[in-house]
Amino acid sequence: MITALAFYMFAGVLVASATMVIAARNPVHSVLFLILAFFNAAGLFILMGAEFLAMILVIVYVGAVAVLFLFVVMMLDINFAELRQGFQRYLPIGGLVGLVLLVELMLVLGAWVVAPEAAALRQAPTPDAAAMSNTEALGRLLYTRYAYLFQASGMVLLVAMIGAIVLTLRDRPGTRRQSVAVQVARRAEETLEMRKVALGQGIGEEKGVVTHGTPGLRPAEAAKTATEKAEVR
Amino acid sequence: MATIGLFHYLAVAAILLTLGIFGIFLNRKNVIVILMSVELMLLAVNINLVAFSTHLQDLVGQVFAMFVLTVAAAEAAIGLAIVVVYFRNRGTIAVEDINLMKG
Repeated sequence: MITALAFYMFAGVLVASATMVIAARNPVHSVLFLILAFFNAAGLFILMGAEFLAMILVIVYVGAVAVLFLFVVMMLDINFAELRQGFQRYLPIGGLVGLVLLVELMLVLGAWVVAPEAAALRQAPTPDAAAMSNTEALGRLLYTRYAYLFQASGMVLLVAMIGAIVLTLRDRPGTRRQSVAVQVARRAEETLEMRKVALGQGIGEEKGVVTHGTPGLRPAEAAKTATEKAEVR
Repeated sequence: MATIGLFHYLAVAAILLTLGIFGIFLNRKNVIVILMSVELMLLAVNINLVAFSTHLQDLVGQVFAMFVLTVAAAEAAIGLAIVVVYFRNRGTIAVEDINLMKG
């Protein structure tokens, strides 16, 4: 009874929020309804006894994918009202296609039965829930028989990550960047000059020595003397 | 309010898949909502896989659902990266304008 109630609640909210995902005017609302849909799907997974997948769904889909969608929707400066112009025009054809598909799926579901020999063809029978938790059973299967597939899916994620970085990376000309090699290669002799200053005399009084803020020396002259000094060195 | 069986979950997944396809038709111009509809359809597939896994008491369905989830995450990342690059170059994400390759 409680299970049935929970199922209808999760399923109802899931379908309602999925409807709002495709019908919301503001794409930000769409993303938020998508997050709600994922949470309710996770609830359905828990009802089915797949609690590890439910938690993965919340972490991966809600924590990563939906937030990525949210970032992109908010970062792009788009007039979304303009993008919704064909909404009314495509409503009939879309509704027709969706209705046909739904009727077909329901017809398939109505006439379908589990084959009697299906139980004998199981690849990895689920262990008793009391003996082993869902997470442990899944881990034992994933890290033994499907280890190569596990590695391959990690490869898929790596390629996707590198691809996304390569696609969105751009070097903007005209920006000043830090060059670590040049900084490290700098020597003290090239930048610093030690001078002995006689007591009671400012450094500006000495001939040929120019410092910032020297009175009576205009900036152009100061630059000239600085260049001469550099040439002498 | 009978006991909840395989059929109930399959019906929810079917409705969700239909909603995903319906969303692609409705939001023909907005590629971000199209990507979200694709995510909804993949979620429906995952619900199907887990429902059968529970019904047949076979864990492989859940393993496969996990791989589907991986691919869905990769697809979303690459798709959104393409959308960002396209917006940077053209200043719009209207799907109808994406015809440079004349495919």
